[in-house]
Amino acid sequence: MEMTLTTHQWVRSRPVSGWWRLWASTQVRWGVILLVAMTVLVVIGPFVAPYDPAAPVGKPYAEPSAVAWLGTDNLGRDVLSRVLSGGVYLAWMAPVSALLSVVIGAAVALVTAYYRGWTDLVLMRSLDVLLAFPGILLTLLCVSVFGPQPILLVGLVVLTLMPGVARVIRGAAIPLLDREYVLWAKAVGTPGPVIILRELLPNVSSPLLVELGLRLSWSVGILSSMSFIGYGIQPPAADWGLMVSENGTGLGTQPYAVLAPILMIILYTIGGGLIAEGAARVMARTEGKA
Amino acid sequence: MTVDSQNDNATIGIFARLQPLLARLLQGGLTLLAVSLLIFLAARALPGDVANMILGQSATQEQLDLLRVQLGLDQPLWWQYLIWLGGILRGDWGTSLSNGQPVADLLALGVRNSATLSGVALAVMLPLSLLVGVIAAQLRDGFVDKVFLGMSMVANAVPDFVTGTVLVALFATTVLHVLPAVSFIPPGDSPFSYPDALVLPATTVIIPGVMYLARLVRVAVIDVMATEYIQTAELKGLSPSRILFRHALPNAVAPIIPAASLVAAFTVGGVVVVEYLFAYPGVGSALVDAVTNRDLPVIQANVLVIASAYFIFNLIADSFAQRDEAAGQRQSKA
Repeated sequence: MEMTLTTHQWVRSRPVSGWWRLWASTQVRWGVILLVAMTVLVVIGPFVAPYDPAAPVGKPYAEPSAVAWLGTDNLGRDVLSRVLSGGVYLAWMAPVSALLSVVIGAAVALVTAYYRGWTDLVLMRSLDVLLAFPGILLTLLCVSVFGPQPILLVGLVVLTLMPGVARVIRGAAIPLLDREYVLWAKAVGTPGPVIILRELLPNVSSPLLVELGLRLSWSVGILSSMSFIGYGIQPPAADWGLMVSENGTGLGTQPYAVLAPILMIILYTIGGGLIAEGAARVMARTEGKA
Repeated sequence: MTVDSQNDNATIGIFARLQPLLARLLQGGLTLLAVSLLIFLAARALPGDVANMILGQSATQEQLDLLRVQLGLDQPLWWQYLIWLGGILRGDWGTSLSNGQPVADLLALGVRNSATLSGVALAVMLPLSLLVGVIAAQLRDGFVDKVFLGMSMVANAVPDFVTGTVLVALFATTVLHVLPAVSFIPPGDSPFSYPDALVLPATTVIIPGVMYLARLVRVAVIDVMATEYIQTAELKGLSPSRILFRHALPNAVAPIIPAASLVAAFTVGGVVVVEYLFAYPGVGSALVDAVTNRDLPVIQANVLVIASAYFIFNLIADSFAQRDEAAGQRQSKA
């Protein structure tokens, strides 16, 4: 190692905290910009919508016209107004689900990885049981029992996605425990929680952001799929997934009623996808250097 | 004497090797048991009284009580669970509440259709992802490769029902009119008799699967091509196609096997939405119908089948991943 460093400096030298390196990735930046733009659109959408999204303005499945720019849906409601209002649920439910999954998953992963012992065993094994259940089944079963309340849906998405996050972050954290900077921190008596927050957390920033992007896309996927099969947001509310299933039979005559909400879902999920992709590339590059 | 001790070593070796597998199987059995309990409790917690649903609103209290005794609903919950579990193990899955048919018969139809759909999808997916991955690796950082990477990101971010609806718009209803938008297969008929009904549902599953696996193939091929072993082969003057197909590809297949099992698990987990979208008569659409009709025995059976298949593919993926990890540790120690 470089002779100019003292032993102390050498041991303390660790990879520069990853957060700023992630922002330097073009894909991460585009992903964030896309998500912010979508969120702004969803928030101001209901205010700029030309009509009440629940009120009929013409005949069912009318083609685009000066009155209804994107035509009307199966009940003659304005497609543009419904698309502009249809992201309200998704816009808070998906990010909240993704954030909770990543925060809880990472907390479980880092604490169990650092302390080990029997709690580690019990926690990770119970997460395995959850992982053994395909997410949409659990969600479908519970929603059919308790009804499609948004809070319940968010909880179920978190329950579905969190175990996967915990597994990945645990895998990324365990090799760090043998690194000099962690051993050094332990040797000088740094308390466990401080080590977890100051030494482990910054060094799993790339996999954390990969997970956040990925789980955001998947949250949007599960939530809109639930609406699509009729067990998510209920009519007459405007919701993109619901619109796809409501207007499916009219796809031949009035495709905009289906394609417009589909485009919104695609843009929203791509935002998360870009963040995951960019973060994964940053991770591959830093690992290549190490 | 020496032979004996060698035998002993061999036996210990086998046990040491079997032990993790046995542990996984035991753990798997316990997990499935936990899943079955979860299914049982969730189905019992569904609102609405079963006896009421069968007999309708006009039934008298005595009729209701009699039916409850017949169905075993007056027994304690844990006993009902054991009876149900025993029936499942003996192949007695009960009768459907909505049409009175044996659940086992309905399930057999659905399982055959779903297995055909998933099987066809996987059979196309695996060779296709090898091909696409190799092409992308050969054209690394070129235009085609960049387009592939972009498409792969989109295909994996977007939910299945969106991919499927776009396919329906393209090939069935809006742009072209060459394939059916709804997969009508009469009960009891083989899906292979209606190949055009299989195309769109299978493609909906194949696209994200290929886009995910081909990426892993691409990275694996790029990594293998950079090894000394391939560079030696190049120096020896072997033809590029021989290097690719005889040396690089076999080494690139190994890392994607666990991923392929994982994709199989996702395919099984995704049948609910894809089958619902195309009204394809499999376990997934049967489940959605059963949930709508509150048909408890059918719900339980379908969830149990889907969860078991999902679990088995996950187990395969896990055991491959663990084996690779162990092999990696051995290599790094050597």
